[in-house]
Amino acid sequence: MSRRKTDEEYRQTGAFRFFRWLSGSKDAYIDTVEMKPQTEAVETKEEEERREAEHKHAVEKAYDSNNRAIIVFNKIYRLVAAIFTVFLLVSLIYAVSYLPKIGDADNATSNEVARRYIENGVQETGAVNIVSGMILTYRAFDTFGETNVLFIATCCVMLMLMLDEKILEKMDGRDDRRFEPKSDPILKTMASFLCPVIFIFAIYILFNGHLSPGGGFSGGAVLGAGMIIYVNAFGFKNTQRFFNETIYKIAKISALCMYGLIGSYFYITGANHIANHIPLGKVGELISGGIILPINIVVGIEVACTMYAFYALFRRGGL
Amino acid sequence: MGANLAANYVQAVAMVLFVIGFANLLLQKNLLKKIIGFNIMDSGTYLFLADMGYIKGRVAPIVTDGIQEVERYINPIPSGLVLTGIVVSVSVTALMLSLTVRLYKRYHSLDLDEISMLIKKEKGV
Repeated sequence: MSRRKTDEEYRQTGAFRFFRWLSGSKDAYIDTVEMKPQTEAVETKEEEERREAEHKHAVEKAYDSNNRAIIVFNKIYRLVAAIFTVFLLVSLIYAVSYLPKIGDADNATSNEVARRYIENGVQETGAVNIVSGMILTYRAFDTFGETNVLFIATCCVMLMLMLDEKILEKMDGRDDRRFEPKSDPILKTMASFLCPVIFIFAIYILFNGHLSPGGGFSGGAVLGAGMIIYVNAFGFKNTQRFFNETIYKIAKISALCMYGLIGSYFYITGANHIANHIPLGKVGELISGGIILPINIVVGIEVACTMYAFYALFRRGGL
Repeated sequence: MGANLAANYVQAVAMVLFVIGFANLLLQKNLLKKIIGFNIMDSGTYLFLADMGYIKGRVAPIVTDGIQEVERYINPIPSGLVLTGIVVSVSVTALMLSLTVRLYKRYHSLDLDEISMLIKKEKGV
């Protein structure tokens, strides 16, 4: 006989709070972080005039042609900045002239690390593309950090620019979107041809990251660009059918978690000399390369979400 | 002056790009132009890194025909570092632009001197 929790008990569990947060019915910021709703300021005529006057006053004060101190300061600032810039340029070029000759095989940069990556990279990572194999296996921690940087950057931009849903609904068809090409026939026709091709090309780049130039970051950027073209042609209402805020959150967080899990499995087995159960496959085939292919896919999802989120947030303040 | 300036002209160009971006950061009053200057600085860094890994007469580090000799491929490490740089620069640019949007919404201006003047006035200094 399994024990069933009452509603009261379930409400105290972490799972309830997690799913409540995931579904978005409870905003984690409310009652914890002081928040002010972002509203478009509605100005009366007098207020606008006063603002204009303040603006004019500030400009006059900042570039006062009668205030000697400001003029002298500006002149000295420009002079010092120019001197410093020239000094920087001369010293940097001086340093460059002492660097070893470019294109020389005996440079200090082409050392034993590069030799190891090229000579053993294919056997150890299963990737034909050595750069891809390097950044996703030998240097996977570094790339995980990069993915986190992207994640945190979107979180910060969301904090800055995200608008309340009610305001977004009210603004529908206004705000920045007054410049939106509403069902522009040229863009629409071209996008209906281009979007599928761009999406397929992005998936090709994503899946061939270990075989040819490409991989998660470039493929994700192309995927995001395709989504931006789609939004421009068909509007946010159509995009929200397959990509709204909930799907964005789930895709982004699960991609990051997947990367963390795959990466930590790889590192724990490698560091403790335990047998790694991810097969490398036959070198040169599509399904090969061990952890590189799945990591490329999750990184691609992450980057595509980031690109699209930046665009949507800057344009209308919501996904 | 060292002897390798003529051979390293690509790196010299990268340094010039870097300094152009830096001068933009120092001398422009407009916040958007400052951000553009920052991006030019980034481009200079990428050019420098990509040029560091190049070795004359060698091909991109993608193993073809099963040849795995070091003498055939360029150095793959700087290429990986450029990728890191690009990702960080995208994130930082987005963050700076969003801060600029907020500043513009508050003060209706992108001029740094004017914004600081308005802030001073608000504080009552």
